[in-house]
Amino acid sequence: MSLSAQSIEDAKGLALQAIAGANSLDTLKEVKLAHVGDKSPIARANQQLGTLTPEERANFGKIIGQAKNAVTLAFEARTQILESERDARVLVEERVDVSIPARRTPKGGLHPLTILTNEICDLFLGMGYRVAEGPELEAEWLNFDALNLPADHPARTMQDTFFVEPLDSHLVLRTHTSPVQVRTMLEEKPPIYVICPGRTYRADELDATHTPVFSQVEGLVIDKGITMADLKGTLDHFARSIFGPEVKTRLRSSFFPFTEPSAEVDFFFNGRWIEWGGCGMVNPKVLVACGIDPDVYSGFAFGMGLERTLMVRHGITDMHDIVEGDQRFSQSFGTGVK
Amino acid sequence: MKVPLSWLREFVDMPDDLSLAEIEEAFVAVGFEVEGIEEQGSDLTGPLVVAKVLSIEQVEGQKKSIRYVGLDCGEAEIRFVICGATNFAIGDLVVASLPGAVLPGGFEIAARQTYGHTSNGMICSARELGLGEDHTGIIVLSEGAPGDDAIALLQINDAIFDVAVNPDRGYALSVRGLARELAASLQVAYLDPAQQVATDGFAINESGVQVAIDDPTGASVIWIRTLRGFNPAVPSPLWIRRRVEKCGMRSISLAVDVTNYVMLELGQPLHAFDAAKIKGSLHIRRADRENEFKTLDGQQRKLSATNLLVADDAQALALAGTMGGLDSEVTESTSSLAIEAARFDPIAIAKNSRFHRLSSEASRRFERAVDPALAAIASARATQLLIELGGASYLGSATAGAISAMSAISFDPQFASRLLGIEVPNNTVAAHLQIVGCEIAEQNSDTWLITPPTWRSDLLTPSDLVEEVGRLIGLNSIEGTLPHGRSSATLSPLQYRKRGVAQYLANLGFSEVYNYPFVNQEMVDTLGFTGARAASFKLANPMSDQAPLLRTHLLPGLLETAKRNLGRGAKECAIFEIGSVFRDVTKLAHVSPVATTARPSAETIAEIYASVPPQPLFVGSVVVGSLDRDGWWGKGRVFDWSDATHLALSIIELTGNTGVIVQSDLAPWHPGRCAEIQVAGKPVAHAGELHPRVLEALGLPPRTCAFAVILSELPVVPSKSAKPIYTMPAATQDVSLIVAGAIPAAKVEAALVAGAGALLESITLFDRYEDLGDGRVSLAFTLTFRASDRTLTADEVSGYRELAVASAAQECGAIVRA
Repeated sequence: MSLSAQSIEDAKGLALQAIAGANSLDTLKEVKLAHVGDKSPIARANQQLGTLTPEERANFGKIIGQAKNAVTLAFEARTQILESERDARVLVEERVDVSIPARRTPKGGLHPLTILTNEICDLFLGMGYRVAEGPELEAEWLNFDALNLPADHPARTMQDTFFVEPLDSHLVLRTHTSPVQVRTMLEEKPPIYVICPGRTYRADELDATHTPVFSQVEGLVIDKGITMADLKGTLDHFARSIFGPEVKTRLRSSFFPFTEPSAEVDFFFNGRWIEWGGCGMVNPKVLVACGIDPDVYSGFAFGMGLERTLMVRHGITDMHDIVEGDQRFSQSFGTGVK
Repeated sequence: MKVPLSWLREFVDMPDDLSLAEIEEAFVAVGFEVEGIEEQGSDLTGPLVVAKVLSIEQVEGQKKSIRYVGLDCGEAEIRFVICGATNFAIGDLVVASLPGAVLPGGFEIAARQTYGHTSNGMICSARELGLGEDHTGIIVLSEGAPGDDAIALLQINDAIFDVAVNPDRGYALSVRGLARELAASLQVAYLDPAQQVATDGFAINESGVQVAIDDPTGASVIWIRTLRGFNPAVPSPLWIRRRVEKCGMRSISLAVDVTNYVMLELGQPLHAFDAAKIKGSLHIRRADRENEFKTLDGQQRKLSATNLLVADDAQALALAGTMGGLDSEVTESTSSLAIEAARFDPIAIAKNSRFHRLSSEASRRFERAVDPALAAIASARATQLLIELGGASYLGSATAGAISAMSAISFDPQFASRLLGIEVPNNTVAAHLQIVGCEIAEQNSDTWLITPPTWRSDLLTPSDLVEEVGRLIGLNSIEGTLPHGRSSATLSPLQYRKRGVAQYLANLGFSEVYNYPFVNQEMVDTLGFTGARAASFKLANPMSDQAPLLRTHLLPGLLETAKRNLGRGAKECAIFEIGSVFRDVTKLAHVSPVATTARPSAETIAEIYASVPPQPLFVGSVVVGSLDRDGWWGKGRVFDWSDATHLALSIIELTGNTGVIVQSDLAPWHPGRCAEIQVAGKPVAHAGELHPRVLEALGLPPRTCAFAVILSELPVVPSKSAKPIYTMPAATQDVSLIVAGAIPAAKVEAALVAGAGALLESITLFDRYEDLGDGRVSLAFTLTFRASDRTLTADEVSGYRELAVASAAQECGAIVRA
């Protein structure tokens, strides 16, 4: 075949026509063989360039290059179109109903007491408090005597406190987490800022609002110049972070052997005052028993029941739900992720 | 303490228009919680009149007694009503509600036809009028005239405050004490009822019953006043009876009601003896010569030699401050009375009361310390009333002991500001201390000598005085401030560990539970616990005999809880608990009483600490069924022993420790499916399937699995230096080995690792085949090698593989599977 501008133009025309007419990727593949590949008329024309004079070679080289370029562009464009058409079709065929529930593993959950304890500890960690813990089976001296609850105090009877045999082991299931405060005061020098969460025990029957095994969180601060105003401010901050920024607290003068002055702290929630816990300035007798000079240091302490806090905050009406270990209960609280 | 507003008003000069809510608020402000307010008469409208019973006609043919009663209601005509009660007779005065009246509960009274008669009203019981729970009969009056307004006569319209009194404030278990607090809170005038009593008319003489305090530790002061010519038939006047009832006590007889009335008013419990039954003098002494005593409730009580008694020369007459004796009780024929008023030792009475499990109105007050000045006053007040109301005449008084002086407290008035955190001027401090009854002697500007009043034996230290100032200022007027700790605080490793493990298990689909740590011996036996796990602490006073032991393991509680979940319809159950267990009962060390007046010595503190047994922290879990559920995607996978082992190991690895699995047979696990996991050669966990017998005994499904890890036993691993991440290509080699069935796969793996050399990056058991027919098993591993600096050649890695196989052959007798 002899090279002519017309023949190249014809080959280009045929190629473009074939490309445009290809309706599937398979057809396009055949078109490629015939019109774009090494054996296509344009490619063959290109191979003949070597036989030409330099002038003709420059002239035809340009013509062939332009034709090849046009065909390649058209081929790529057509390929893209046909590929997207195919993709659209296949992906539609592969569509699934993503709304099908696929809970392959059960939803786990932390007990809400754990979530609440973590929340409270984090709050106080941020204020520079350490989290202090101690044994649940505790020496009577640490649970009672050191806290100004002498041997004949009514709280030390078997109606209120669990004792273990033999009685002269002087061990009790701690009735509050206050022995952790005592241990802290015996082990550390002021300033002391600790928050003490933990399980506690009192000989109450289980009913809708009581349980013999419950949880408390107590706070203790011993430092120079600590006042009742510091206690009030700390409790306000605590209450707001647990029950929301709008919550109000009030102190009611009360009596505890380990604090003087003592008060009950209430908070106003959902339209009523709710008793939250006890608090006060650490009784100098307690400081003395732990070797802290009450003329130099003062301190405050507070303690709340976590079950009660939980019940109020989450509208739990029956203590049984908290103690019975029904997995649906913990599941409903999730893991405390915010 | 229940206290009627009408009684408080006698001593508190409060405005008439003060609302009940304002009065409640005033109590709360000074530290007295109001547990309830009962508004008697608020839901009752008349006409309610006094009626005299003129005729009684029995209505025949009824199952119960029905009477048709004619009443004189002060009207022209006789009024007839139907009545079911029988505790009245012709001539009695009763209370009748007439048509138009509305009784509590919205009960409207109207004329109605019943039992064949027209009933034109109703004769009322105390309960029907909202005056108490008494419904045993209708009210029979001792005073009034037909037609009198019974609402006024019965003083029905009143508000009764139920005020909670803290145990250090015994003085407030009285109208006197609560009135003082209310007046102080409202800042209005207060009249002390004790100061209204004239005591000088009753001279001490030898005529009446004499008294001696044999044991001065039992009482500091006592007064006995003797009366004669008392008419036991005279009923209590309504004003005494109604007040006693409003305070929640029962009206008994004039003599008893008067002692109760005075106790309620002043706070001094009194006891009335039949003086004729006293032989010789009264003595306050311990029960050192008798074993038994019959109290007036008819109970024969065994005495302890430490019980405090009131006795005469011959025998015990009363459990001091707690309950009188049956033999010296005032009866319907008593004509001479001995009124006892004492200041008993609070602890002695608390012990009396606890020993006999007998809490009375008297013991509650004595335990909380009674004003010693009241014995003379209250006994005089009762004497006056009995003379006035019961026709008695005064015979004589005797006393023993003395009012002990209150110790003065040295007090810096500015200490109040320093402790409360607000500026309190000295004159405010002084004013508030005077309101509570303290006397102030100013030594100099920063030292005052404060003498508390006799009724405030709780005021002992400067802090006690600040509490008084604080509550009268109002604790809520203190502006809060927020102190911050100075150290940077973080969680301890164990606290981080607890959180991490709980979060891990919860994310995997486990639910956290908190079980009671109480178990019984039967459970211990069922689970086959031995050794340390069978040696548990026993509670001296368990909630129930069903669970008197403290847990040595988390499994008993978890298994019961799993069962409860299944019982409530759960198909699968995956629960865990993190908690302490109680072991090591042998470590009990006796600690002698340790004083609290100073810090104990280092040796004593160490001794106290050592007396507390270690209480290791466990995480335990029980899983029933599949954690991987069935669904539209197909069958779920049942949770098996290997999952339990994997989780226990994973928890150990979470803490940065490396666990080694060892075959074990610890109860209550399946003896062939129990893994012990060791860290640094020490067992720290057990995991696997539970023993089928145990599961059967507990009623749990077969194949239930469990694991337990001792979190507090795992070493705290110091933070590691990072390993470099190599980026050259990895080369893998598979080996298939045959070993004897008894050889643990972990041992084979360890031998391969030991032989493969330093370039081994990881090893995975990808196949295990048991059915070779000769008890041997086939184990197939993939070994992955990587070098830090070059691409490994096939020859090099197959060399390492050969070394690994040789090691397995030597250690485990493994041969390469053809």
